[in-house]
Amino acid sequence: MSPNRATGLAQIALPEPAGQPTWLQRMRRSALDWVAENGFPGHDDEDWKYTRLGPLLAIPFELAQPIDSSLTASALDVLVGNCGGPRLVFVNGHFNPQLSSLTEIPKNIRATSLRTHLHQTEESGASRLFPPPQNSFVALNSAFSEDGAYIEVPPHTTVERPIHLVFVTDGPADAAPILASPRSVIIAEANSRLTVIESYVGLRPQVSLTNAFTQVILEAGANVEHYTLQNEPATAMHLGMLAVHQPAASEFSSYALSLGASLARQEIRVALAGEGAQTQLRGLYMPRGRQHHGHVTSIDHQAPGCTSRELYKGVLDGQSRGVFKGKVVVRPGADRTDANQSNKNLLLSEGAEIDTRPQLEILADDVKCTHGAAVGQLDEEAVFYLRSRGIGQKAARDMLTYAFVSEMLGLITIPELKTLIEHAVAQQLEADSTDDREKTLAGEIRSR
Amino acid sequence: MSTDIGEFTDQEYKYGFTTDLDTDIVPRGLNEDVIRLISGKKNEPAWLLDWRLEAYRKWVKKPEPRWQNVHYDPIDYQDISYYAAPKPKKSLASLNEVDPEVRAMFDKLGISLAEQERLSGVTVAVDAVVDSVSVATTFKKKLAEVGVIFCSFSEAVQNHPDLVQKYLGSVVSNQDNFFAALNAAVFTDGSFCYIPKGVHCPMELSTYFRINAADTGQFERTLIIAEEGSYVSYLEGCTAPMRDKNQLHAAVVELVALEGAVIKYSTVQNWYPGDAQGRGGIYNFVTKRGLCAGANSKISWTQVETGSAITWKYPGVILQGDGSVGEFYSVALTANYQQADTGSKMVHLGKNTRSSIISKTVSADHGQSTYRGLVQIHDTAIGARNYTQCDSLLMGKDSGASTFPYIEVKHPSAKVEHEASTSKIGEDQLFYCRQRGIPEEEATIMIVNGFCREVFKTLPMEFAVEAQRLLSVSLEGSIG
Repeated sequence: MSPNRATGLAQIALPEPAGQPTWLQRMRRSALDWVAENGFPGHDDEDWKYTRLGPLLAIPFELAQPIDSSLTASALDVLVGNCGGPRLVFVNGHFNPQLSSLTEIPKNIRATSLRTHLHQTEESGASRLFPPPQNSFVALNSAFSEDGAYIEVPPHTTVERPIHLVFVTDGPADAAPILASPRSVIIAEANSRLTVIESYVGLRPQVSLTNAFTQVILEAGANVEHYTLQNEPATAMHLGMLAVHQPAASEFSSYALSLGASLARQEIRVALAGEGAQTQLRGLYMPRGRQHHGHVTSIDHQAPGCTSRELYKGVLDGQSRGVFKGKVVVRPGADRTDANQSNKNLLLSEGAEIDTRPQLEILADDVKCTHGAAVGQLDEEAVFYLRSRGIGQKAARDMLTYAFVSEMLGLITIPELKTLIEHAVAQQLEADSTDDREKTLAGEIRSR
Repeated sequence: MSTDIGEFTDQEYKYGFTTDLDTDIVPRGLNEDVIRLISGKKNEPAWLLDWRLEAYRKWVKKPEPRWQNVHYDPIDYQDISYYAAPKPKKSLASLNEVDPEVRAMFDKLGISLAEQERLSGVTVAVDAVVDSVSVATTFKKKLAEVGVIFCSFSEAVQNHPDLVQKYLGSVVSNQDNFFAALNAAVFTDGSFCYIPKGVHCPMELSTYFRINAADTGQFERTLIIAEEGSYVSYLEGCTAPMRDKNQLHAAVVELVALEGAVIKYSTVQNWYPGDAQGRGGIYNFVTKRGLCAGANSKISWTQVETGSAITWKYPGVILQGDGSVGEFYSVALTANYQQADTGSKMVHLGKNTRSSIISKTVSADHGQSTYRGLVQIHDTAIGARNYTQCDSLLMGKDSGASTFPYIEVKHPSAKVEHEASTSKIGEDQLFYCRQRGIPEEEATIMIVNGFCREVFKTLPMEFAVEAQRLLSVSLEGSIG
């Protein structure tokens, strides 16, 4: 890593909010020191090889402040969907009780703002909520995180409706670039079951950076289904990290969708720490114009008998760039590991670029691991077939592209969400690649 | 196969002997004076000395790479002697003048020069390299008849300076990477091969490398130029005697294929891998690259890597000419404490260029194998195609296998596929063999040979046999 210290991000002063426990302030200080010491990843960092951070690091960000958003709950339904369960809304990283609907939260489940939780917690109880920094952006999140969700599901409890976490950036378009650092913790105790959706959206074309960090801590036999839906405005940048810890017989699945933002990167790290744990990572990215969508995953098979499945698909249009890096590590002793990974990409235009790196690092011998990557284009014969039946060139291509994507849409298990994403995907495909995203997004909000 | 097994039981490194040659060694250490000395000893033209010095000055500033998935103690570059040449350096008229000890050594290796010269039916020309200086070249006359130049690098510098100057460093520059720059600064000899326009080289060209003197690094440089419409198949075989101290081998191989030319380059590498505890062995850090400069040219690399303590190389092809083809077939076996980080680079620049990569790695005992490859489709490479398949076989709980492919695609007409798998040797296959009375060890070797078959079949016949035997020898004691 080439330390990259002289940046706007590392120079933001650490705020000292009233009422914050001293241990928390101390912890934030040490996280910021870590950033100062280690700097930000340069291009020689394998995890960031194809993602240029230079322009981002040069922006003089300011910490996002809570604002009175003009957003209403019904507008939010249109924007991120209403899945009928509890909804926690954060505007610029700060909890917004007016837009949230907490009445839906089942009694025995704790779903609150992380800030509230931390302010009520002793240092000893919070240590696992602040793992050692894995990279500078996670450390930066530890230093500056305003708020986020804290969800704790007791043992043997099934949460029927998905819990929806909505992260909105809002503010005047001409405001200084803002940094929002949402941080969430999801704890699923033994044999519990829940679904969590994280939606990231922005209301106005302002320059912003969302630096999100979510931890999912499962206990034995727990089952968590997780969605990250990123559809921020074209002026926004998004960096997200999802850290998952899985003990024995736990099951986790994630679905990462990238549609918006000029620069977006979602990283997932899964530790399969107990025997028989299972994980499934799915993702879809559809950059166009000059968008950059990166997905980095790492699955660490530490225990025997674990299974991992991974499927990421990308559709790249315009001058966009897609990056996929998927690493599967099998530690010594993690026998009977079964790992399978696949990354498929469709390049639609000249100027679009895909860089894909599936990786296997295997240190045990009794394993079955495969990975595959493919890059291709629409089948011209299929296009011809459709055109010979009177379907226009663009409609034919869109249809075939949609068919490529539809496998990923079929994996969404929440009907309301599926409808919403199908709509967003169709819109992404139909829009002319020269069209400005912010126009459509802002227009969409106003028209509804 | 069963006789082979019996033959190799309890056998350690077969080629572990040293021949007592009177070697002419330059004192240890590296500086500009050493380079001037090497260049002077070889009576080189001024441009070549300048080229070496330029490489040295770049090398001094280059950091040693650390990204590789192999581990070794730091190399003290000042503790290496950069020049070792067998003493009798007067030019030789016939094989009879070759140092008898050298000839005896080759006899032990089973590539008796005398025998080859005598048997006119044999069509393999051997440019035998002992410690950096070519001591004998056979079949030169026959090749000269069709205009093929096949000689040591030093001879080429003297006799064909314009060809050398034109192509040296044109594929692997003198500052390409840390080890290539080191090689450019201090290379002592190697092979040079030039196939004129339209000539189908009448025999397989072959070089045997051998590291002999203790603590001398080998810095070979090979340059092969295939003119328009020509064809050449080149074999490289390597063995080194047993040594306790790790030895560095940093060679450079450059291939240039002009329009319609075909170069087939095969390597069987069985240098000393170190003992069962991982002591000693060769560090094989080699830069190999081919340039398909002309349209419809083809470069094919085949390698069987069973030796060396550490193998670290990525033979690649730059597909510049439209319709050119790059191929890479590899078997890498690591046993005991061997490490290998190898794969291929295919850089697609021209239209309708095609490449395929087939890599098979076998890790036994504490062996660590890594496939690392790059497939790059540039925005000029319309209609480019790549297929990559990497399979790893694991034998033993301490063995490891990694796969690190890099795929970069910048044109929407490209079709790129990558597949990789890693698994244990099939229990059901073993059971099937044993059920039919085949002992476990033999069955294992049979399965491993089957696993590598796709690569072996691309080797010239005599090499394919040698490769299979090497595999069995290397797996001795690793089974069960």
